[in-house]
Amino acid sequence: MSGRKAILAGAIGAALLVPAAARAVDPPKTGRPAPADLVKLMDISIPPDGTGLPAGQATAKQGQQVYLTRCAACHGERGEGATNDRLVGGRGTLTDEQTFKTVGSYWPWATTLFDYVRRAMPYNAPLSLKDEEVYGAVAYVLFLNEIVGENDPINAQTLPKVQMPNRDAFINAFTEPERR
Amino acid sequence: MRQKKDDGPFDGAERVAANGLLHRRLFLSGGTLAAGAAALGGLGTATPAAAQGVFPDWRLKPGKSFTGYGVPSRFEEPVQRTFTARAPSYPSPGAGSSRTPLHLLEGIITPSGLHFERSHSGVPDIDPEKHTLLVHGLVRQPLLFDVESLARYPTVSRIHFIECSGNSGAGWGVNPPVGPVATMHGLVSCSEWSGVPLSYLLDEAGIDPAAKWILAEGSDAAGMSRSVPLSKCVDDAMIALYQNGERVRPEQGYPMRLLLPGWEGNMCVKWLSRIKLTKGPTHTKDETSKYTELMPDGKSLQFTFPMEVKSTITRPSEGINMRGPGFYEISGFAWSGNGKIKRVDVSADGGKSWAEAALAEPVASRALTRFRLGWQWDGGEIILQSRAVDETGAVQPTREALIAAKGIKNAYHYNGITSWEVRASGLVKNVWA
Repeated sequence: MSGRKAILAGAIGAALLVPAAARAVDPPKTGRPAPADLVKLMDISIPPDGTGLPAGQATAKQGQQVYLTRCAACHGERGEGATNDRLVGGRGTLTDEQTFKTVGSYWPWATTLFDYVRRAMPYNAPLSLKDEEVYGAVAYVLFLNEIVGENDPINAQTLPKVQMPNRDAFINAFTEPERR
Repeated sequence: MRQKKDDGPFDGAERVAANGLLHRRLFLSGGTLAAGAAALGGLGTATPAAAQGVFPDWRLKPGKSFTGYGVPSRFEEPVQRTFTARAPSYPSPGAGSSRTPLHLLEGIITPSGLHFERSHSGVPDIDPEKHTLLVHGLVRQPLLFDVESLARYPTVSRIHFIECSGNSGAGWGVNPPVGPVATMHGLVSCSEWSGVPLSYLLDEAGIDPAAKWILAEGSDAAGMSRSVPLSKCVDDAMIALYQNGERVRPEQGYPMRLLLPGWEGNMCVKWLSRIKLTKGPTHTKDETSKYTELMPDGKSLQFTFPMEVKSTITRPSEGINMRGPGFYEISGFAWSGNGKIKRVDVSADGGKSWAEAALAEPVASRALTRFRLGWQWDGGEIILQSRAVDETGAVQPTREALIAAKGIKNAYHYNGITSWEVRASGLVKNVWA
């Protein structure tokens, strides 16, 4: 159809990625090499396989205190929700008249909980929790949802293996565009 | 202007659908609306007129001097974004949205100060000299880019809408929302965006063939992040630096945002500070627990990226009421995340008969498109609807059909037909029809 699509027809090779209209010019190269230690510090995203999860660990029992002091005001003492999202319960309600989408009833990956708590929570002080506190808060929320035991250590090895109840209910609706 | 009858100069215009819908040709060649403008002449212009109050005050003395940055007339002060006011004690005031007052705007460009806002942890106050964009992951060489240096790349400018995928979500509800257009549809806006094709930066870092997705992350306090297929990134993704000619507004991602034409607004990550090339999606909070479509069978559709074809009439609409029988211009927006709007039909009988509306130029791909149609209202109670068709042939569905296909728990991607009930009193209300 368009020139753009025509470009995509080629292999994903570096030279072919520049739009046709601009290939006549050689764009400047202003990027400067990123120091490896800086990249490591900035790279806080955690995919389902757990790559990048930090050292350290905590159990739900150990995490209860951090949850109560840093999370409960907005999410309730047992994750029942307050000014912000309910985190616990609701399993089996996705087809009910009243549905509760919580970490336990809806979230497909436990790694997402670590990723999100570390990057964004608590709301008034993101990135303020130590890694072990994040593991603890995550363990406690998973425990409240009866997904892990109170004394199960949650760490870089165990967290990716946690089977979330709703994991298989997600359908990837994205299909790559046709390359003509 | 001479009027043949009470119902105005368009009485003889061709009616093409029930309840007074007129042929779109009225708007195709400028129409005949300007014909009467000259009739008022003949006022005296001698100076005594000033003493007699013929001229307004502002005609009789010089106006104010120059300003560095203009603002709308003080009389336009009511034209504001709308949002839910929170108590001072509310713990997360910057998580939420404000809505564009679509019913008070014309044309297709949203003034930058009225562009809808959606933020997850407030609007950061970013110093552009201290902001960088890191591109890393499955690349030959991780790179850092400065804001200033991005301005040296070949720039592209395009008109695109951005729409929150939760826009119009009230459509899934049992009762229609009460309030102006924005109450239901105010999470869509349209700007001219200028910036750097993302493909330049990815090319510069050197894409590893194993990379199929990216993770885009913002520098707000939520570190908002979404996964995007690499194919979109090398197709038409842009690092937007400018919005309507000036630097992107803080609420829209200053100093830079990711722009993915036609795709969920949530993916157009604001305050962009990191792009990581990955094998697969990262499954962030906002692409798992949110922005996924829960279907009636309990399954959820994930990664439904393009915003589907949609339209709404903005005039008349709730708050833009009728003032007696006669001629009206029906006007509204249509848009599609899959390309250009091809056609918009308007019905004044709840969808039984349709008249094709005129599309105002420019009709740009993945942009708001303004449609207009003449209408001779006889004062009766009727249902006004608009139905958009895009260049892929996709037709905006009825609410009934959409719910039959997707249930009512979806919360996102609602694009059903909007119905405005015009009452004999002249009041206009959003209804399910």
